[in-house]
Amino acid sequence: MSKKVTITIDGRRISAHEGEKLLWVALDSGIYIPHLCAIRGQDRPPAGCRLCFVEVGGRLGPVTACTEPIREGMVVRTRTPRVDRLVETAFRLLLSDHRLDCKNCTKNGRCELQVIARERGLGPDRDPLQPLPAKTYIDESPRTFVFDPGRCVLCGRCVWVDQQVAGVGAIGFSGRGIRRRVTTFGDSNLAESPCTECGLCVEVCPVGALFFKLPAKKTKGDS
Amino acid sequence: MRRENREREAGVMAVPSAEKFYAMLRSAAVAGLRILDEVPVIRIGTATCGIAAGALLVRDTFRDELNKRGIEARVMEVGCMGHCYAEPMVIITKPGFPSLCYNNVDEELAIHLVDDFLARGDPCYEFAMAALEPNDFFPTFQDFPRGIYEEKMILGDCGLIDPQEIDHFLARDGYLALCKALQTESNQVLQEIKKANLRGRGGAGFPAGEKWDMARKAPGEIKFVICNGDEGDPGAFMDRNILESNPHLVIEGMIICAYCVGASRGFLYIRSEYRQAVCRMERALEQAREKGLLGERILGSNFSFNLEIFTAAGAFVCGEGTALVKSMEGKMGIPEHRPPELAESGYLGKPTVLNNVKTFCYVPPIILRGARWFRDVGTPESPGTAVFALAGKISAPGLVEVPMGTTLRQLIDDVGGGVPHGKRFKAVQIGGPSGGCLPEQALDIPIDFDSLLGAGAMMGSGGIIVLDEDDCMVRIARFFLNFTQEESCGKCTFCRLGTRHMFRILDDIIRGKGEMGQLETLRRLAEDIKIGSLCNLGKTAPNPVLTTLRYFFDEYRAHISEKRCPALSCPELTVYFIEPKRCSKLCNVCIGSCPVEAIFTRDDGLKAIDQEKCVKCDNCLKACPPDYSAVIKLSPLSLLDERLGKNK
Ligand SMILES: Cc1cc2nc3c(=O)[nH]c(=O)nc-3n(C[C@H](O)[C@H](O)[C@H](O)COP(=O)(O)O)c2cc1C
Ligand code: SF4
Ligand code: SF4
Repeated sequence: MSKKVTITIDGRRISAHEGEKLLWVALDSGIYIPHLCAIRGQDRPPAGCRLCFVEVGGRLGPVTACTEPIREGMVVRTRTPRVDRLVETAFRLLLSDHRLDCKNCTKNGRCELQVIARERGLGPDRDPLQPLPAKTYIDESPRTFVFDPGRCVLCGRCVWVDQQVAGVGAIGFSGRGIRRRVTTFGDSNLAESPCTECGLCVEVCPVGALFFKLPAKKTKGDS
Repeated sequence: MRRENREREAGVMAVPSAEKFYAMLRSAAVAGLRILDEVPVIRIGTATCGIAAGALLVRDTFRDELNKRGIEARVMEVGCMGHCYAEPMVIITKPGFPSLCYNNVDEELAIHLVDDFLARGDPCYEFAMAALEPNDFFPTFQDFPRGIYEEKMILGDCGLIDPQEIDHFLARDGYLALCKALQTESNQVLQEIKKANLRGRGGAGFPAGEKWDMARKAPGEIKFVICNGDEGDPGAFMDRNILESNPHLVIEGMIICAYCVGASRGFLYIRSEYRQAVCRMERALEQAREKGLLGERILGSNFSFNLEIFTAAGAFVCGEGTALVKSMEGKMGIPEHRPPELAESGYLGKPTVLNNVKTFCYVPPIILRGARWFRDVGTPESPGTAVFALAGKISAPGLVEVPMGTTLRQLIDDVGGGVPHGKRFKAVQIGGPSGGCLPEQALDIPIDFDSLLGAGAMMGSGGIIVLDEDDCMVRIARFFLNFTQEESCGKCTFCRLGTRHMFRILDDIIRGKGEMGQLETLRRLAEDIKIGSLCNLGKTAPNPVLTTLRYFFDEYRAHISEKRCPALSCPELTVYFIEPKRCSKLCNVCIGSCPVEAIFTRDDGLKAIDQEKCVKCDNCLKACPPDYSAVIKLSPLSLLDERLGKNK
């Protein structure tokens, strides 16, 4: 099953197991590809954030690296004008729906949106999109952490660990289109849900939507 | 593995008794229906469209009146023939006369027909619409302009047979194709579908045979066949019509498909709003089971297939294959990345064939008459016919079945009777929310699955909306964008947020708050959403915007730079005005028509509108007698001041 194959990413030859998803092969080799929703080992990645576009030789349009199994001889480019344009648009769309307040955010400096901006040279200032109305509700009911939907990028990592790793099922997705959100059953507070406050969801959240209370005492390196 | 397959093959192979079994069923059906040749038969179209137009009342009137007079006749409920503009439709077949079809029948006409035609012998030709068979007295549907283009491969029996009585279907050789298929090696049946190049009618036009082959070859014992009856396009109703008018044709097609791929279970995925369709389909399934045409050992063969209905909550996105399957599994209807295709891993992770209602309908006739017969109609790459739903500014809206390759102009002008009320044609929206708006110069493109792509539209599932000079193209684009952004599942960034932004920009423009720079943002977003979205909902959502930008850019510019709506349709940019020169002092119908009392009589006796109060309901414009036509619309708003200044 796991035959080793050699592929080329941005001119670098890399060998890895056949069928592994391109995103992880690239990341493991130190080649950055923007991504928010993918989780290692997922059988069927959600492919929802649409940030990990790359171009693969022989394929017509850009493809998502999280869903692309590698095969012998594959030639991959992570930076092309088409890829850069898609990533920029996806990023700006996400920012237009993200309450920007980095100064007061506990994830400032570790936020994966900031990583993408840095890696791809994208700043919020050139954004031509009108910000969408921010969600103002904040759930501070858990003893140890806070959920701030106004910052959520709907990557679904928290839902995945809650259901697949913690096995609790306190949170899930609800609503269609622009109303899609992470919430509890019946939209109750987390404190009134089956949530055990294991904190796994907080650890996987790429942005400041889920954060521990008293962050200064718990995390090092926050400014 | 291969041996296993071969064994399974042998297991479901043909047994000669199927033919006898079928012959018995059919002759019993024919015998049972002989009565219909002896007494007058009144067929009433009671599909959803007929019912909405009052067909049930007409049916009851016929029954009561016939009873009262003691006339022996059969009142039969049938489906829809596709002439929506003519509902309720009634077909009367009386021995000695050609079968005659009457349009827009109401209680009064029903009584009239019973009295004059059924009781006496006057067929009331003055009320008839067409005859069904050629005769010396009255034109048939084939003599209609649309009759020249129509070619019915799958809709032929709709509106003629009673969908609730399987015998009607059997008597017209229904299930004969199944009987033939069961006596043929399954791979050979599949090859016939492949040779026919039957392409999926749900929108994308993927070759059905290839899909079936993939599922057939996929490893595993358990396989499924699903019929996609979600039909979520706004205004689409072709699939509902077929499900209501000829459910057995769909069932037969599905059984043959199941035989080809080796599936033992199937589902009809129908949205729950389609109550009538679900009801009729349930009855059809029951009758098919009773006759041994469905269930264990079909027609006495070794092949077994069970089919049931899955009623769905009915979200547009659930029509997308992966979302449909997830919703059947009890999960949220959210599309997933492909591959794997459903044919490899579908419902419950098993190989699954998903086809549209119409796609299945083509299967029995192809098996019966052969791939050649099918390929002789239509275009080389898109053989067969296409079913279109004509709507909008068109004289004769309804369902039509025409060969692939018919042009839009033939469809609109000849089949649909053109744009009514002497208005000018402006554009045609084809393919629903995933299609595009095409202008006059595109009307001569022969329509098939691929031909419209270059023009930025697609045939899609066959919805055609005709737009005239009163339709604002920016508003049309906004209407469809509003639909897609509401129906987006919200999973992926481009579709969830991108269509929302596009909608907001369009909304700004129609309110006169747009800026030229926004058009560039709009176009960029549209292009990126097309490439970046996960599923075809997002990938096609920008089409209405891209095509209107391409063909009707002037309208965008007028809204933005002149704050003018050229179609006088956007309320924020339009005012109602009573032209003093045309207003008659003696008339005041407009005053009565206004719901907010915005119209007053000036000192000089003429009428005028208080703009502060006007809610732009359009009533006064409609109410003003054509002789005066004094109420007009003005855009941009600044024209009003000009007029008032001039006329004071
Ligand atoms: C958003 C969306 C909605 C769809 N809705 C329908 C539908 O209502 N009916 C349908 O047959 N196909 C629909 N489709 C197409 C299906 O995904 C699928 O291609 C089709 O059912 C396959 O059958 P066919 O090959 O016979 O067309 C939809 C696709 C998308 C992306
Ligand atoms: S809360 Fe965080 S982890 Fe959960 S979906 Fe939102 S951004 Fe992702
Ligand atoms: S394109 Fe739209 S409907 Fe399709 S998965 Fe993405 S968000 Fe959902």
